[in-house]
Amino acid sequence: MNAPLRRVGLVVMVLFGLLFANLNWIQAYKADDYRNSDYNGRVQVAEYERKRGNIEAGGTALAVSKETDGELEYLRTYPAGAKYAHAIGYKPVNLADTGIEEAENAFLAGTSDQLIGDRLRDLVTGDETAGANVLLTISKQAQDVAYEQLLENRKGVSKGAAIALDPRTGAIQALVSMPSFNPNPLASHDSDEATAAYNELQQNPDGPLKNRALGEVLPPGSTFKIVAAAAALENGFTQDTKIPAGPSWTPPTSGQPIKNAAPSICPEAEVTLMNAVTESCNTGFAQLGVRLGADTLKQKARQFGFEQDDLTVGRLGEDGEPVAASRTGSMENADGSVDPAALAQSSIGQRDVRMTPLQGALIAATVANDGSQMRPYLVSQILGADRTTNYYTAEPDELRQPVSDQVAADLREMMESVVQNGTGRNARISGYTVGGKTGTAQSGPDTPDHGWFIGFALDKDGNPVSAVCVLLEEAGDGGSAEAARIAGQIMRAAIASPGSR
Amino acid sequence: MTAAATSTSPPTSTGGQSGVRLARSRRNAELSLLLLAMVLVAAYGAMVEASVLDTVTPSFWVPAAALSAVFLGLHVAIRFLAPFADPALLPAVALLNGLGVGFLHRLDLARATPAERAELATFAGTGGRQLAWTLISVALAAGLLAVVRDHRSISRYAYTLGLAGIVLVMIPAVLPPSISEINGAKLWIRVGGLSIQPGEFAKLALLAFFAYYLVRKREVLSLASRRFLGVDLPRGRDLGPVVVVWLISLLVLVFEKDLGTSLLYFGMFVATLYIATERVSWLLIGLVLFFGGAYLAYVLGDLIGGPFANFYLRANIWLDPFADPYNDGYQLVQGLLALGSGGMFGAGPGAGQPLKLPEVQNDFIFAGLGEEIGLFGLSALLVVYLLIVERGLRAALAVHDSFGKLLAGGLAFTLGLQVFVIVGGISGLIPLTGQTTPFLSAGGSSLMANWLLIAILLRISDAARRPVTGGGPPSTRPTGGPPEQLHGAPTEVIRP
Repeated sequence: MNAPLRRVGLVVMVLFGLLFANLNWIQAYKADDYRNSDYNGRVQVAEYERKRGNIEAGGTALAVSKETDGELEYLRTYPAGAKYAHAIGYKPVNLADTGIEEAENAFLAGTSDQLIGDRLRDLVTGDETAGANVLLTISKQAQDVAYEQLLENRKGVSKGAAIALDPRTGAIQALVSMPSFNPNPLASHDSDEATAAYNELQQNPDGPLKNRALGEVLPPGSTFKIVAAAAALENGFTQDTKIPAGPSWTPPTSGQPIKNAAPSICPEAEVTLMNAVTESCNTGFAQLGVRLGADTLKQKARQFGFEQDDLTVGRLGEDGEPVAASRTGSMENADGSVDPAALAQSSIGQRDVRMTPLQGALIAATVANDGSQMRPYLVSQILGADRTTNYYTAEPDELRQPVSDQVAADLREMMESVVQNGTGRNARISGYTVGGKTGTAQSGPDTPDHGWFIGFALDKDGNPVSAVCVLLEEAGDGGSAEAARIAGQIMRAAIASPGSR
Repeated sequence: MTAAATSTSPPTSTGGQSGVRLARSRRNAELSLLLLAMVLVAAYGAMVEASVLDTVTPSFWVPAAALSAVFLGLHVAIRFLAPFADPALLPAVALLNGLGVGFLHRLDLARATPAERAELATFAGTGGRQLAWTLISVALAAGLLAVVRDHRSISRYAYTLGLAGIVLVMIPAVLPPSISEINGAKLWIRVGGLSIQPGEFAKLALLAFFAYYLVRKREVLSLASRRFLGVDLPRGRDLGPVVVVWLISLLVLVFEKDLGTSLLYFGMFVATLYIATERVSWLLIGLVLFFGGAYLAYVLGDLIGGPFANFYLRANIWLDPFADPYNDGYQLVQGLLALGSGGMFGAGPGAGQPLKLPEVQNDFIFAGLGEEIGLFGLSALLVVYLLIVERGLRAALAVHDSFGKLLAGGLAFTLGLQVFVIVGGISGLIPLTGQTTPFLSAGGSSLMANWLLIAILLRISDAARRPVTGGGPPSTRPTGGPPEQLHGAPTEVIRP
């Protein structure tokens, strides 16, 4: 009977071998799938065992984790409430993370490979060292002003956005989307409360959860004339080249006549390019665009960053919050030929042209920074829990060079003229040279126009210190002037803030 | 443990199997291994406290010490009652039993509020109850060693045990579900707050009967045969008992709604049949019958439902546990998630979240442990189980009488098969069934029955390793002896 006994022993070995192989399959090969499965409730409990790192700006903590008595050991709180909601996002228990909370989750939660030192130390000491701290480029002063001025805008507008950045680096100084929301209820450990808060925000027709500064695309109106002017300067025009204007102009293939915002604007037959920009002459730019051609205009817009659909804002070199692509849209007939009416309207930022506030700020920043467009970013530094280990410091990076420094200098003079003599006077800051461009965009047949302003400020030495874009949706008459005023306030605060050089 | 296993082989290499064996009881090896196991159990308890309570209480060693006292008692009993028993069995089982108590205590800690935790006494909660059951079970095992001084005497009660086994198997099947059903499987007798799993004891009784019956019938079963396709097939009339057991196991499958138990009984029988007859054909016939029957039950469950519906459902859960992760597949899904969350190294003792697992103190204890001790820890546990099984088989190889060979081989294989059925079930290798995890799961029936199984293996290994010098059996040998045909000289069949 010994031979079969030995074989039975072998069979048991095989059975246990199968168990062992299967456990390897589950605990090694499939482990990550199961560990991060949606059905796995232990994920969040474990995540909340370690204190999540802070998100800070200018020495102020904007997102902190506080100890609790519950099963989830830390509660994420946002001391600044709605002010920074879109700049940092939020970290709910069951819903999806957003913004910096999502993009920098690995560092904040302490699960990043780079934090291996902390984790190894934890193994020895038995502590749970907190996650790393993420420091933002946001200037507290600029953000305060942007948030308050937008909230208390004199047009009583409820939707809009403001974004400011340093033209020399791309560091974002302020980022506000209106209406904003209080992220604290969303992070509640009471899932009913969190879900109720989320549903309420989700159902709000004004879309408070939407980050308009990066995600809203609207017709840019006359701010787009800077792109058209850049194309003109590169195609033989100068500031003083006279271009056809007039009180009204109807594109060759019928369509609606294009008029100016007021009868006082460029009624003469010809104006200089400089004046066309300063006064925001629609008839002049409509004819200029048709003369330049759709391809030239589209190409210039693309060189400024239009059509880019993979830009994100967060840490340089890493994925951050996605930025919606700005578009020039179709300027063609059904048969593929260029439609002059569409081209003319597109040249003044109407028709199917769409732009994000960030794109507007990037155009102004490019002009201010000698034609070099820096990649925008929000994360300036990542510090370990001990606040001394530095895991990351932003190294600014050029995104593209849309125009030469000569063209940029010409555009700068034109935009300065807008603030000095033209439609953007509200943006002036004493002691600084401010340039900009207003925009009033038709939003629809029965709704008020959107008000835009893009601009920049140079210090006494001519160094660009801030570029900004303010959007007031459906603001109606005077919307762009109010946007210019708010933009000036934001840039002044950004200049005054300690971080600015 | 592995080192111990090798060191227990015959110490003199020149002697070999037939040579003069050095008479060494190796009881001191058993003692030191046992103490090592208890140190591991104490260390586990300390790690759990460090993780759950953030501090190691001054009394962390108390459960381990209580267990040590119990096992040392058995160790002393073995010194007197079975001095030549296999020295690896007790420490290996004690380690599993101790870790089981430790994990159940860890569950109590997790269930308690922070205020209650500090006052959780050693004998409170499921961990404490398991500790008490361990004491009773080990006492019973010692009692069995004391009463049964020669394993061959068991064969005298073979028919009684066989009948008792069938009755024990059938009781839950005929009882109303309100008394016998837990989680869809009718395996229990629940009286008051106590639930007994008669099947755990039936296993032992039936095996004793099989061993006796097959030793008597083995010549007929192994010799009279026809060759077909290169396989020796038994005569039709000899198939009778196999068919009967097959029917019983299918009845269990259908009426107790439990594939695991059914597979266990059938596998147990086929294995002993194969060991007795050395005919591969029995294995093939058994496998074909079992899988054919299971497939038939699956098809019938799909077509007509009724008593087969439960098996059909379980098989479908096994095929795709994530199809209905919150209802039908909930248990298996949570088991897989716990194992996966543990990964290779585990969260660490006390650092997982075993309460997310349904039935974590019973069926899913292996998954709960797996979350905390990881693939490496579970592999170590599997090795300890394998060690117990292989030591049991070694006792079967070395013992001289056929009844002892069959009984030890059958018991060892059954233990291994049970581990395979439950661990395979919770890890999705085979359909999930309601088996206990030997020595780990909470519950008196399982613990008692498995300790009795170990007592029998200890008894047989003692007989196997006892030096034959002096000509006669020890003086403690009972008079009156078992039936004649069982203890003539070695009955091993010599095959060319």
